[in-house]
Amino acid sequence: MAIAELGGTHSHEVLMPAKPAYVALSFFVAFMLNMLPLTGWVLMIRPDFVAAVLLYWAIQHPRKVGFTPVFLLGLAMDVADGSLFGQHALAYCVLTAAGITLHRRISLFGLRGQMLHILGILLVAQLIVLMVRIAADNAFPGWWYFLPSVSGSLLWPLVCHFVALPLRSRAKTD
Amino acid sequence: MEYSPPPFFKRGPNLITRLALFSLCSLVLLFADARFRYMEDIRGIVGAVLYPLQELADTPARIGQRFSQYFVLQSVLQHENADLKRQAFVNAGLLQRQEALAAENENLRELLNLRPRFEPLAQVASILYTARDPFVRQVVVDKGATDGVRRGAPVIDTLGLVGQVHRVYPWASEVALITDREQVIPVQVVRNGLRAVIFGLGYDGALEARFMPVNADIERGDLLVTSGIGGVYPAGLPVAFVDNVERNAAYPFARIMTRPASGVGSHRHVMVLETAGGYPERPVAPLQPDRGRRRAN
Repeated sequence: MAIAELGGTHSHEVLMPAKPAYVALSFFVAFMLNMLPLTGWVLMIRPDFVAAVLLYWAIQHPRKVGFTPVFLLGLAMDVADGSLFGQHALAYCVLTAAGITLHRRISLFGLRGQMLHILGILLVAQLIVLMVRIAADNAFPGWWYFLPSVSGSLLWPLVCHFVALPLRSRAKTD
Repeated sequence: MEYSPPPFFKRGPNLITRLALFSLCSLVLLFADARFRYMEDIRGIVGAVLYPLQELADTPARIGQRFSQYFVLQSVLQHENADLKRQAFVNAGLLQRQEALAAENENLRELLNLRPRFEPLAQVASILYTARDPFVRQVVVDKGATDGVRRGAPVIDTLGLVGQVHRVYPWASEVALITDREQVIPVQVVRNGLRAVIFGLGYDGALEARFMPVNADIERGDLLVTSGIGGVYPAGLPVAFVDNVERNAAYPFARIMTRPASGVGSHRHVMVLETAGGYPERPVAPLQPDRGRRRAN
């Protein structure tokens, strides 16, 4: 399957409207994927699934994404990860804002262009988190710290494909 | 839904305002957590809510492990069994001698009027997963406040000290490994009783003994054990082996790199010890009237 066939978030593609329950389910699955007990290099390159799904919804339904649930989701992620309280909340709010601001622009691009945009957005969010942690006396863990952004952008075609899958199939049967 | 026209009048605050507001909120939370640790209660509650989800997320890995355990070659099992039997035999011999020594030690301590040695209670915990925060070196184990785990309790494996309980949830706790950048452990060289302090560096496989003079009697291969000073760690737990001593007269201290004795990050089960209690109050330095004047000069 060629990567271009997967589509991405094309504006001309007509999808079924997503129900809030489905959005919640997608976030739940992403959250569970984030909580998988990984160790070693797998953990190092593990993308932030919640961030990827969040960007998908922010770009696809920019008017439906509220900051409050995103913020609370970030706090839950902070507890699950044992990181500083508010760190993921900050990152996810920045991601949401970036996704909403750039959603028209990103929809114009093909899949490669979209992936590049996603990479940029994820890197900016990680950079903000890094600055906060360094201000809180933590050391820079090494350049592998940015690998999740790279893997997150590589994950983008799959996210677009799988999150839109139920919506698309129903649209076809209509 | 997506294609409905945007509402004409009621738009709410614009994007930048909302982003600024929520960023400010999270920065306040970050500051309160990093500087004052105000968030531990909320963290505990949310952690308890998330616990079943975590269990659910662990299930596939656990099932996979059970499967791989089930399909083990018989020859491997036989080999392991023979090894363990031999080890048990050797250990039994050591244990007999140790019991006699412990009784003798207790006797002598009584005669000398010393405080009885602290014998911590231990409970076995299994490591659930490595902490996902890239800035810390922690693991999460499956024993928590309901099992009597307290914050600050030392954690060991079969080879030596692994770390310290950093944060306690009802059914799990976070253990900061000795390689964490914020871990400092008072130790002692077994060979000559020299006291030192070991610092974690923030990456695997290395610890540094700092503030040792250039001429300190410490050599490659020396074993460092906890000294029991400070009352957090019971005395005598192996911590690290000295790997490399760099004595450069240009610096006031020797640069001593050590490697952890325990299998930090490679074990599945650890033991959580009890924290030593009942230490006498720290003595307060008597006020000296001329101290301030000397400082000023």
